[in-house]
Amino acid sequence: MTPQATLTALNTIVTREVRRFTRIWPQTLLPPAVTMTLYFVIFGNLIGSRIGQMGGYDYMSFIVPGLIMMSVITSSYANVVSSFFSMKFQRSIEELLVSPVPNLVILAGYVAGGMARGLGVGLIVTLLSLGFTKLQIHNLPVMILTVLLTSALFSLGGFINAMLATKFDDISIVPTFVLTPLTYLGGVFYSIQLLPAFWQGVSMVNPILYMVNAFRYGILGVSDVDVRIALGMIFLFIIILSVISLRLLKRGKGIRS
Amino acid sequence: MTNALQLDGLVKTYGDGFEALKGIDLHVEEGDFFALLGPNGAGKSTTLGIVCSLVNKTSGRVSVFGNDIDTALSAAKMNLGVVPQEFNFNQFEKVFDIVTTQAGYYGIPLPRARESAERYLRKLGLWDKRDSPARMLSGGMKRRLMIARALVHEPRLLILDEPTAGVDIELRRSMWAFLEDMNRQGTTIILTTHYLEEAEALCRNIAIIDQGRILKHTSKRALLQQLSVETFVLDTDQVVSEAPRLEGFETRLNDEGALEVDVAKSQGMNGVFIRLEQLGIKVISMRTKANRLEELFLRLVEENAREAGSRR
Repeated sequence: MTPQATLTALNTIVTREVRRFTRIWPQTLLPPAVTMTLYFVIFGNLIGSRIGQMGGYDYMSFIVPGLIMMSVITSSYANVVSSFFSMKFQRSIEELLVSPVPNLVILAGYVAGGMARGLGVGLIVTLLSLGFTKLQIHNLPVMILTVLLTSALFSLGGFINAMLATKFDDISIVPTFVLTPLTYLGGVFYSIQLLPAFWQGVSMVNPILYMVNAFRYGILGVSDVDVRIALGMIFLFIIILSVISLRLLKRGKGIRS
Repeated sequence: MTNALQLDGLVKTYGDGFEALKGIDLHVEEGDFFALLGPNGAGKSTTLGIVCSLVNKTSGRVSVFGNDIDTALSAAKMNLGVVPQEFNFNQFEKVFDIVTTQAGYYGIPLPRARESAERYLRKLGLWDKRDSPARMLSGGMKRRLMIARALVHEPRLLILDEPTAGVDIELRRSMWAFLEDMNRQGTTIILTTHYLEEAEALCRNIAIIDQGRILKHTSKRALLQQLSVETFVLDTDQVVSEAPRLEGFETRLNDEGALEVDVAKSQGMNGVFIRLEQLGIKVISMRTKANRLEELFLRLVEENAREAGSRR
């Protein structure tokens, strides 16, 4: 394929992905808006007013970056895993497999689709948070870089999950038993400084902790971890998951017999 | 002239050790209307699956218009349009979107993709349904949608796996006419079908595959010439209680009481009519007992099964 044709193919995949999640917006865009509003009301307003300050900020301001990041992570992951697995299930993935679209473009298209939904939901949640607190921006480049890399990383995670999944149960196991616990324990609702030394050490192996804290640094200027290490780790994970995804595609794992 | 499709020593062994293809050699000339026939599990879909990149081959070579799929996969795919046996589109997407999206995968910009999609949806009688979700279409419409999708990038080789399965006779005939027209305009067509009448009506060359091996690969004309004896069913003006003895011909009554006569190609039909005339029996109408290709097909497959049995 010529570079122009390759670009057209990439644009086609991304457009189809965006069309898919906007067509079913009550399933994709509305639920995180409702859930995060409840978090803002219950944890931020009702409980947060009794907690007082966290990391030098009122509790609502402290949890907003984490909640935005949580919605970006879950939405990016969910978009790719459900879209790609549905294509496998309905066999419409064959439309792509018979076409000359290179594997790298297939992967890039799905990751871009996941990022579009993750960032879209992140924007919705950010706008909703303005009804509850005043957002400041401490470091815009760090904030943007963190959210972009994180949504790309979890889109890749969703892609690998979908490639390996053989039934619908398989696409809910990782979000339920891995992603959600790691997110809740990733410093969304608390600073790990509150934990005993042992649990602080355990928390440091949770990759989501780095993403939440890097994003929080971009907004509030406070972080439990070194932001450079956080961004470096996210970047490293992106490379590793990209290599795994491309290998699975080349082997045709679950999509070619 | 470069062959539209060339298969050399194609082998496929699945993970469980099942040998689906045991060294297939096959060529399809450019402009041909070609049928790949075989019983269920013979290896037809595996063969086409490898050509279309849906199945990984174990060994052997595949080239489409001279483009080897190991070294020039993208060029090979550009020349190929595929209509699979089972519906494989997103049932929730609109008809028009399915076709234009497929064009986009081939790098066709959206304005051209829309023009091409409109042209084929109109040709296949689906233009009025362009805004309907695919799940709302009837079975026949879904089949036509898959043909429109396969043609939207103007491939030189169109592969159809059981294109008229479950389609009523009227629609089947209109699809035949459409495919014949595509072939006349230069598109090479390869199809698999269970309707041997379809292969006999449409195709110029035929390969018969069974148990992962090609049993026959020849022109339809040459294949049909191998059929030395045909059976005709005669409807007569009077009910006969037993088959009349016609010198030189085998006769019998079938389950419905109609007269069946075996006629060798060298004999011709005149002798049958002369002898029946002498017996005072008048023939009202006549038809061949079975599809000629079907008889040959069954004979070849049975012979192959017997040989396979004796090898074991």
